[in-house]
Amino acid sequence: MSKTIAEKILSTKSGQDVRANDIVVADLDFVMGQDGTSGLAIQAFEEMQAKQVFDPARVAMVIDHSSPSPLAGVSALHKQMRVFADEQKINFYDIGDGVCHQLLPEQGHVVPGDLVIGADSHTCTYGAINVFSTGVGSTDLAAGLVSGKLWFKVPETFKFILNGKLPAGVYSKDLILYLIGDVTADGATYMAAEYVGEAIDALSVESRFTISNMAIEMGAKCGLMEADQKTIDWVTAHSKKEFTPVKADLDAVYARIKEYDVSKLEPQVAKPHTVDNVCPISEVLGIPIQQGVIGTCTNGRMEDLRIAASILKGKKIDRHTRLVVAPSSRQLMLQAMREGLIEVFVEAGAAVVTPGCGPCVGTHNGVPSDGENVISTANRNFKGRMGNPTAFIYLGSPATVAASVLYGKITDPREFIK
Amino acid sequence: MDLQGKVHKFANDVNTDYIISGRHKFKTLDMKELAKHVMEDLDPEFYSKVTPGDFIVAGSNFGCGSSREQAPLAIINANVSAVIAKSFARIFYRNCINTGLPLIECDTDGIDEGDKLEIDLGAGVLHNLSKDTDIAITPLPAVMLKILNDGGLVEHFKKYGGFNFD
Ligand code: SF4
Repeated sequence: MSKTIAEKILSTKSGQDVRANDIVVADLDFVMGQDGTSGLAIQAFEEMQAKQVFDPARVAMVIDHSSPSPLAGVSALHKQMRVFADEQKINFYDIGDGVCHQLLPEQGHVVPGDLVIGADSHTCTYGAINVFSTGVGSTDLAAGLVSGKLWFKVPETFKFILNGKLPAGVYSKDLILYLIGDVTADGATYMAAEYVGEAIDALSVESRFTISNMAIEMGAKCGLMEADQKTIDWVTAHSKKEFTPVKADLDAVYARIKEYDVSKLEPQVAKPHTVDNVCPISEVLGIPIQQGVIGTCTNGRMEDLRIAASILKGKKIDRHTRLVVAPSSRQLMLQAMREGLIEVFVEAGAAVVTPGCGPCVGTHNGVPSDGENVISTANRNFKGRMGNPTAFIYLGSPATVAASVLYGKITDPREFIK
Repeated sequence: MDLQGKVHKFANDVNTDYIISGRHKFKTLDMKELAKHVMEDLDPEFYSKVTPGDFIVAGSNFGCGSSREQAPLAIINANVSAVIAKSFARIFYRNCINTGLPLIECDTDGIDEGDKLEIDLGAGVLHNLSKDTDIAITPLPAVMLKILNDGGLVEHFKKYGGFNFD
């Protein structure tokens, strides 16, 4: 019988012929923890009386959320991770290496057809390269570290068919914000999302990551895409692992299917305090902005940095506005330096900070003041998300953020795009 | 398992940042300490208002957002005995089962702030003592019930050395 991508991957990894809603125990190809979740996982690992991780080569821990450490308590958590990583000989990424969700694909740890868990909700990012990857909590991570397995409920699939070509100045970020606004924050809860269509085909792999990254913001378990030639080229450039891409069958059964034409889409903005509170940029033009953020696991890649730099080049950001830029990895930071992008940001008046999560989750690196407005390329704008519950967070594309900090107010980036 | 307590009512889409803010969760692994900040951004008095055994009751999509397991752990350590909502976000749902916090999925429209509830998890009934109404509870799948009954996933692993659902 025909299957979705999710059903196929979970069938292969569990060695059973499974369908949506079956519960299986499946083999994991890779397991990841970050500094907000690994501490509890190491504790649970010890409580489970485990001695060794199932396979050190298939485990990574990443210090990215509070990096470098702003507090002694955080330093203690980091140290615990370093000690564990040394003892267990797992892959380890320390301060300045980057955001976990950039590192796993970039360092070649995950490849099409894989089943991956990460103790971070945006683990769904690798769906863009045909990986069934999903976020779990620390105890699930511990179970994965110990056994190399985890239980899963096979998700139903919500298929998004995206037709047409995105207009100039409109990016994959605008597209995913639009979809989330349309189906809402729990529109795909418990489901796998599958994104298909010519609009996806036209996107680079980097842009696709942005879409899969935000699948969780519609409640989805993973955000899957098929592997086309672009995916295969990207993955072989980053990984030595062998892989078998997984395609959905033409007559697979979907819980929901929605079709969109993206060719008239405007830049989109998510307004405070929920990600699904989305509107076209024309409705929020002119709202004053005190801080901009370019980076995070959603939009801190080369394309994002390039488009932002092209808008900021030779200009100064507004005197009453700050800009924080955090490239998503050390490799990307180096590349941005070689291309002169970092120079553009610094000259424009930005603070360029350590590759990692930057100010995204409110632990450090740019906590807004009371009542301030922030526009960010991140994936979440919850009240208090950036460390101050009285601040207001707007989400948009890197182009929208760059244009907005130039004027100190929300600005349509299309005036800068030829 | 019988649970009794009063209701603290919240709206839809309570995310894990509201349950325990990122600005606290990185500071410590001491869950008793984190518990003092549970729901703080929605209700600064919440922790001091809870009597042991009380319930958090909410609308749909409770626990959306991040994968932080500090969220259910902080709720447990604030002495809340169960969370009752119309629906839950999936990572939060797993985390509750894995850490041993009972979750009850049911229609919560008829439950108000301050109501006294009695819940019989075995029989699958929620009794609203203040309103004298009974609400049917959606039962948990067998795998989750097994983990919850073992006392969470750590205890399950200690008992069997891995997954065991036979
Ligand atoms: S960049 Fe933000 S959303 Fe991404 S992993 Fe880091 S904290 Fe989470």
